Formats: sequence, C-alpha cells, structure tokens
Amino acid sequence: MNLQSKIPAGPLADKWTNHRDHLKLVSPANRRKFKIIVVGSGLAGGAAAASFGEMGYNVECFCFQDSPRRAHSIAAQGGINAAKNYRNDGDSIWRLFYDTIKGGDFRAREANVYRLAEVSLEIIDQAVAQGVPFAREYGGLLDNRSFGGAQVARTFYARGQTGQQLLLGAYQALAKQIAAGTVKMTPRTEMLDLVVEDNRAQGIVVRDMITGEVRSHAAHTVVLATGGYSNVYNLSTNAIGCNTTAIWRAYRRGALFANPSFGQIHPTCIPQAGEHQSKLTLMSESLRNDGRIWVPMKTDETRAAGQIPESERDYFLERKYPAFGNLVPRDVASRNAKTVVDEGRGVGPMKNGVYLDVADAIPRLGRETIEERYGNLIEMYQRITGENAYSTPMRIFPAPHYTMGGLWVDYNLMSTIDGLFVIGEANFSDHGANRLGASALMQGLADGYFIAPYTVANYLSAHLGEEVGASGDAFRRTAEEVRQRTEKLLAVNGSRSVDSFHRELGRIVWDDCGMERVAQGMQQALAKIPALRDKFHQDVRVLGSGAELNQELERAGRVADYFDLAELMCRDALHRDESCGCHFRAEHQTDEGEALRHDDQFSYVAAWEHVGDGQEPRMHKEELSFEFVQPSQRSYK
Amino acid sequence: MEMVATSRPANWFLAFYRSALGKKTVMALTGIVLFGFVFMHMAGNLKIFMGAEAFNHYAEFLRAAGEPILPHGVGLWMFRLVLLTCVALHITAATQLTLQNRRARPIAYKCLDPVQLGYAERTMRWSGYLMGIYIIYHLLHFTVGTAHRDFIAVNPYHNVISAFQFWPVAAVYIVANLLLGMHLYHGLWSLFQTLGCNHPRYNPWRRVFAVTFSIVVTAGFLSVPIAVLSGLVS
Amino acid sequence: MRLHLQIWRQENSSAPGRLVKYTLDDVSGDSSFLEMLDLLNEQLVGKGEVPVVFEHDCREGICGACGVMINGQAHGPSARTATCQLHMRTFKDGDTIQIEPWRSVAFPVIRDLMVDRTSMDRIVQAGGFISVRTGSAPEANLTPVPKGDSDEAFDAAACIGCGACVAQCPNGAAQLFTSAKVGHLNILPQGQPERYQRAAGMVARMEAEGFGSCSNYRECEAVCPKGISVDWIARMNRDFLLARLKGL
Repeated sequence: MNLQSKIPAGPLADKWTNHRDHLKLVSPANRRKFKIIVVGSGLAGGAAAASFGEMGYNVECFCFQDSPRRAHSIAAQGGINAAKNYRNDGDSIWRLFYDTIKGGDFRAREANVYRLAEVSLEIIDQAVAQGVPFAREYGGLLDNRSFGGAQVARTFYARGQTGQQLLLGAYQALAKQIAAGTVKMTPRTEMLDLVVEDNRAQGIVVRDMITGEVRSHAAHTVVLATGGYSNVYNLSTNAIGCNTTAIWRAYRRGALFANPSFGQIHPTCIPQAGEHQSKLTLMSESLRNDGRIWVPMKTDETRAAGQIPESERDYFLERKYPAFGNLVPRDVASRNAKTVVDEGRGVGPMKNGVYLDVADAIPRLGRETIEERYGNLIEMYQRITGENAYSTPMRIFPAPHYTMGGLWVDYNLMSTIDGLFVIGEANFSDHGANRLGASALMQGLADGYFIAPYTVANYLSAHLGEEVGASGDAFRRTAEEVRQRTEKLLAVNGSRSVDSFHRELGRIVWDDCGMERVAQGMQQALAKIPALRDKFHQDVRVLGSGAELNQELERAGRVADYFDLAELMCRDALHRDESCGCHFRAEHQTDEGEALRHDDQFSYVAAWEHVGDGQEPRMHKEELSFEFVQPSQRSYK
Repeated sequence: MEMVATSRPANWFLAFYRSALGKKTVMALTGIVLFGFVFMHMAGNLKIFMGAEAFNHYAEFLRAAGEPILPHGVGLWMFRLVLLTCVALHITAATQLTLQNRRARPIAYKCLDPVQLGYAERTMRWSGYLMGIYIIYHLLHFTVGTAHRDFIAVNPYHNVISAFQFWPVAAVYIVANLLLGMHLYHGLWSLFQTLGCNHPRYNPWRRVFAVTFSIVVTAGFLSVPIAVLSGLVS
Repeated sequence: MRLHLQIWRQENSSAPGRLVKYTLDDVSGDSSFLEMLDLLNEQLVGKGEVPVVFEHDCREGICGACGVMINGQAHGPSARTATCQLHMRTFKDGDTIQIEPWRSVAFPVIRDLMVDRTSMDRIVQAGGFISVRTGSAPEANLTPVPKGDSDEAFDAAACIGCGACVAQCPNGAAQLFTSAKVGHLNILPQGQPERYQRAAGMVARMEAEGFGSCSNYRECEAVCPKGISVDWIARMNRDFLLARLKGL
C-alpha cells in the first residue's frame, strides 16, 4: 500500500486556500440526496454534523451517551489556542504552527499543522457568535492567557470549563439542525462495526443500547469522530464510556492505524486511592505556576508532609531544571514524577504520588489570591481526597490523558478506506508525538467546522446519483459478525468480571507502554497481553442477554477491543527505537535525560495495517519531510 | 380563520392562560390586588382604636364610595366583585397548577427530603384553601351577618367587639391571620420571581419587602381580636 | 465500612419497580458513590445476580450523566456536588442509604436507576441556540460584551443538564434548567435577535413535555451541582411575558 497524504503543493501558507479553492462542490439542490453518517457528537462530531446539516445534507448522527451534550470534550478544562494576537505579543499563524509542530517533536505533517493554526482564527469567531462565554476583560473584549509554557498569551478560556462551553456551542448548533430535521440524532447507540465493500465505506452496524437490537445504517460517507483510547490504561482521565471500538473496527476493516503508541500523560492528576478506583481526575496544570513539586529525600519516609524539614525535601524539578523549574513540559514533569515514585519516595497511603505544595505561595501572594486562582481546584481536591490543600500539600501523579495516535488520514481527513473520514482525537493528524496544551479543542473544532465540510463534499461530488441501502450482502455479513461477537462474549459465562480484566490489562500497558518504555518491557507485554486476552475469552463473566440493556456486555465488547489495541500499541512502541515527545524510550536519552530523537531513521508516521487475526500487522511508513522548519532538539535546562 | 380574527383578544388570553407560566402570572397579578386589599383592610381595621364613631364612620364611607356617580353601596359591591373574581382566579389557577404538578410526577418518591423548603412554602397550598374557607366565614360573619350571634348592620364597631369577646371566634381569626401571614410571606416574594422582577442590586429587598409586609399585615389584623380579648378595646 | 443499601430495581420502563435491600462491606471512605455502586455490581456479578443499572460517564462532575436520589436528595447530602463527586466518607459505618431514580413524567425510568432525559434535549431544540452558520461569524472582538454580562452568561451556561433540579422539585418542574439555557443566550448581545422567540419556544416546549410548574420553592437551586441561581427563573419569566405581550 502506498500512503498518499495528498498534501497540496505550493508555499505552506497557501496550501489550504489553494486546495480549498479546487475542491469539488455539491450544489445546494443535490445535497439532500446524500446521506452522511457521523459517529460521535463531541466537538468534532457535533460540529461536523451541525455543519453538514445546515449545508443541507441528510445527516444521521450517533452517540453512545444519552445526549450529544455529554461527549467527553465537555471535560476539557484549560482552553483553546488561536493565533489572534489580541495581546500584541507577536503571535502569528506561523508561531502557533511552529509551537505546535515543535511541541509534537517533529512527528506531524507541516501542512496539516499549518492549516490547523490558520483555521484557529475562525474557530474563535464561530464560537463567540454561538454565544460561548469566553473570559473577557473589563473593556468587553476577549481575554487570553498563556498556557503550557507558551511565550505568548493565545489561549482563550471560559474559567476552567472551556471544553464544556465549546461543546455546548456545537451541541446547540446541532440541536438547531435536529429541530430543522436535517440531522437525525440517535443517542444511546454504539457503533460496533463498519461496513466495507470494495474498500469503500458503505455504512455502519450499531447496537441499540436500550433494546439490544443490532441495526445497519447505510450512507454515502461515514465520518468517525469517536475520540481517543486512553482508557486502554483502565485508569485515565477519560470518561468511563470512552472507547476504541469504532476506530478499532474500522482498522480491522482496512483503515490504517497511525502511531498507536503516542499517548499523552498529564502530570497533575489526583493519584489512585484504592483498588476499585474507576478514574483519575485531572487538576489544571495552572497549579504548577504557583505550586512547588517535591518528595522526601529519604525513601520509606513515614512523617507527615508538614513534619519534614526543608533540608529533607527534594524539589526535584527545580533541582534538575533550574531554568524552567516546576513549569517544564508535561512529559518531562510526568517522567520525573514517575522516577521519584519508582525510587520509593512516593507520598500518600499508596506511596504513589508527589507533593504539589502551595504553602510557599501563600505568604508571597496572600491566601486570597491563591483562593481566587485555585479555589475551585483546591475545593475539588478536598471533595475527592478529604484533605485541605492549604494545610497539607496536595498529592499528584501523572495519568493518561489524550492519544495523539489514531486512524491514519490524508490531508482531506479521509482514511485508507474510501469514504471513511476520521476527525478529532480519533485521527492521528496534527499533534505528532505530543500535544500542546489547549490544542485538542482547537483540532476537534477545526476538523468539524472548517475542514471536513469541504473535503467530504469533494468526496461526495463524485458519487451523485448513487443509491445507498443497508440490505446488501456486506451489511448482512457484518451484522451477523457483530451478533456472533456478542453471543461469544455472553457464552463464556466464566468467573471473572470484565472490570477485573480491564484493571489487569491496564496495569500491563501502564507499566510497559506508559511514560517510560524499554524494549524488554514491551516484549514482555507482548507476551502477557495475548495470554490475558485468552483468559478473558475463557473466563469472563457477562450476565444477561444481548437483547436488553446490558452495561456489562457493553464494557466487555470494549475491553475485548482494548486487548487487541494494547498489543498494537506495544508493537508500535517497540518498533520506534527512538524517543520522541511522549514516547520516551529509556534507551534513547540525552546526557540530560531528555528524549533523543533519531530523525535519520524515524522521521515517519508508522501506519499499521491489519492483515488477519493471529498475524503480525504490517507497518507502512509515511515519510515526513520538513520543507519549512528545521527539526531541532529541545532543551529545558 | 375569520373566527380567529374576530375573537383574537379572548383567544390571546386563553392561550396565555393555558400555559403554566400564564397561570402563575394570573396568580401573581391577582395576588397583588388581594394583597393591596388586605393591606388597606388592615389599615382600616386600626380605626377601631379611634373609637366606635370613627370606625363606623369609616365603614359608612366605604359603602358610600363612588357616590354620587354610583348609587349607595354599588361602588362597594363592584369592588367586592373585583376582589371575588381575583380570589376565584387565584384559587382556580392554583388548583389547576396543583393538578398539573401531580401529573408531572405520577410515581412518588419513597423518600423525598427537601433541602431548604420552609414551613410557609410547604403549607402554601393549605394555607390558601383554608383562607378561602375563612373568607366565606368572614363574609357571612361581618358582611352578611348570618354567622354572627348579635349582628347590627349599621354598627360594625359593635359587631367586631361582640364577636371577639367570645374567645373561640377570636381564636379562629387569630389562627386565620397567622396563616395569612405565612401565605403572604412566600407569596409576596414569589410574585416578584413570577413576574420577572429581578435585579441583582434590588433582589435582597424582595425578601425584606415580603417579610416586612407579611408581619405588618398580620400584626395589624391580630391587634384587633387581641385588643378586644384583653379588654383594651370594648 | 458496612452499608445497608435500598436500591430501586425496575426491569424496564413498563415493569413495576421496588426497593431491594443489599448489604455491602468494606466500602472505603475514599471511594466515590459510583465506585461504591461499582463494588456492589462486581459482587452481584460474582454471585450471578444482575447488576444495578445506573448512568455515569465522566465521573468528574461535568458531563451531567450521573445522578440519583440519595436518601431523598438529588445527588445526595453534599452541596454543589454531583453524584460522581460525592465520596463515601460523607457516610458512616452502618448507615442505610436509599437510592431511587429521578422521578418525573418527562424522565421515564429505562431501567433501575437510569432515566430518559431526552426531554431536556428537546427543550434546547426549541430555541436554545443562536442561529449562526458555520463560517458566517463576524470577527470575535467586533462586539464587546461587558465583562459582567459575560460572567453572568457563564454562570448560567455552567449547567450540566443532569436533571437534579427537576428531580428535587416537589412539583417536578424544569424551570431552573430551562431558564439557565434561556438566560445564557438571552443575556448576551449575540442572543438578542432571537431573544423572545427563544423564551417563548423553550417555555412552551418545557410545558409540553409535562414538567410541573414553578412554586418558587428554590429546592432546585439547593441541589444544583453548579449552584445555578433561581434568579434565572425570574429573568426567563420576564422574557416569556414580554414575548407574549409582543404576540410571540
């Protein structure tokens, strides 16, 4: 397979404009003749479905939640970047582009990232017009803050709930189209397979989560906006329902999966408190602006934080990175926290965290300022841990947060299956090996509002007059396979719960394909995962039937797919024998302990092709060429 | 179409009334009228402390209201008609809303534990219905006189004093007016909400208004039976 | 700690339901309320019993999916806390906890503790948006919005759509939800052109869904995990009345 990225020629700044000018159109009168399926209703899916609807297409949108408003985009806290340069601090499209591609450690396409920076301007306009209540200054104009160590203030935010507000904007636009009848919304419905014939997406097979009915839906094109797969780790900051099934099924039907091992670990989450904990809660990174991170010098420290004298505390980030201190990038902060915990210097009852201490900032800034800046976070921390952060330092630890990897797509956001578009976190396109803070919301909305509507039309224009229907052989076959998979899970009737398997799998992936990776660990994981998967299929216990609301069955199907994905992640991480961005191979580090890239060997996207069960997937390379920027090695000393 | 065009005003009101918020608005507006009335009524009652002559003169003044345009007593009856219409609308809307609220939760909770609901809010419905019964009794007692043991039409002062010297009657009035106070306490605040009177600067005053006037009205009304019982007025 | 649970079990929307008693041991005070239910379900599965169906997703108090009546209070005894953020240290060893689904004619029970809240989506569809086509928006800083208005709009927009306001209201009214949705857009300059249609349309839809009426009890505000104020209800009422006076 020859991967065609379809990046247009020409100067970087003109690529998207030129490309858009030459994309084919569908006339308004013909649009209603085309049926578009959108799976997922978060920022990307919601924005796309709403946009398609108002353009006049016949849209059907699916989500597994009870309402499109609950998609996990809602949980993003920090903000959304845009190169508006409202602060007159020298920001520009180029700078946002450069920061993003550098943040991704030069493992993303120049053209995609530039386009992202370009449309960032329109996103803010769109969101404001929809009534998104971004923070404002007293003059009534939009406020910006600097985020994630950026040297310019380009992040737009709505308190700590930017994702929620942007999602509500998209949701409301979608609601308008639902009322207008251009979008048919089908909630509580999970996509369980993609129907492909002649390497072209024909539709999807879904399960009605209330009745258990398996149904097929045909369309001229299918757009997947199903988010990321951090839940492969079991404990992550993602919502419980987030899953890989939609993109994993597409992968098995022929879509390539790019850079599956690239996942971001967020440094400031509340550590696990017990075996049955179901998720990790993220606390805004802004805490690192005024909080100092430390652990005791001694291993096996038993004293409470307050009783450990200054001389016996190790402010390890300040010690190792005097220039950036506690504000080093996410991956550096995360990795160093893991190192000290692995040394046995972790804090808390499970010795699985590091202290984040705002005590020094209180006399400096006053308690009132601290409350104003972080009051809601400190309150949330207290609600979860029962501890008061003003008197006891908070405990934090990194947690899986976002996956940069995803289905491979070309410049038009189309996968290697004809007519299958993948947008938002579900694709791999823009963040390379690491994502900058406040860029996820930007990408989801860019794809949904400003890219897919043009490129999908271009695809559809070639298919005018084609009838679609869900009665063909391919649909029957796929639906039958879905039923069989369900039957198989129900038939095991073993002794262990789905969650217990998920916990065990998550532990393996976290230990061997988490923040720090070594070849030996991943080889072990590649042996352990198939063994555990076999055990899962022999001993899992799923009660009830498939013909009813069955939350255990839903979870079982998702976990079954996570097993396969976990294996692919380890395979990808093992093959990439370099460090880059989030992917830190202990074998490849600079003398300073920084990620050491090998551009000569690994300046490519690894896109994996499924060739059959029990066979090793085939890797395809999309070489990355840097015409406009010079890849550099970062340093935060 | 023609039908709609000719009967538009009535239809507009009916359509408005059909919505729950329309009914609430009717309750708020009639509530304002009724509150205005009870306030004046209370103020008038205090004339009793100025003696029989002043009190009876005041009563006669009310009956003569609107003269000479209107015949004697007609102004008062028109006024009463407006008030009774308001009472009827207030009660009808409340009943209809209550029934609608019942339908909104056909299966009750095994356990519902209100967080901050006060006594006045909880008893709004019952204080309202009891008030309706009390109004009938009150009219029969002091206006028509059939429920009065010693009614003299031209001497309201005598009617009041002789009624309240009998303690069970005074007790009925005291209890009824306490209920009225509670009803006003929630109703007076509530009507601002319903009619959309909202401004961050003045919002705290809505509660102050409700508390003040429910206390003033209640205290004013209660002062009469208490004064009679204690022999202060005779 | 040991807990005595009484949980509403109902097989489907048409079957009758009942409270079923369970005893759960070794519940950690550090676990969340939903993790306590996870633990119960894991034990039920172990015993071959059908687990309790409840709704949840983000488990960080923002998606609005979770929510049950806990001892007669929506989202339980802690103020400004969604069920997923309620932690078991709020309870004592030996406590009895009664758990029921939200109850409203507009929230039919699907199964056990899970209800259908699409009525709230339909209220939004009746006008809870600003009509702006993708790509047609003017430059974002063209219209300054007073910071106070913007902050207030945010206060209303913070609503997570969980339905606790309806669940707790003795009348089963959806005024707080609807008014937050109306208010968020009606206070902003962008929302002015459709202001009165929005209020009229959304109120009409809300009533058509069968929700009760508002008696200004303020129970909704007391249980709202986002602390949304009943002042929004007054604002909505005003816009609704003005809309009617304008003949909308």
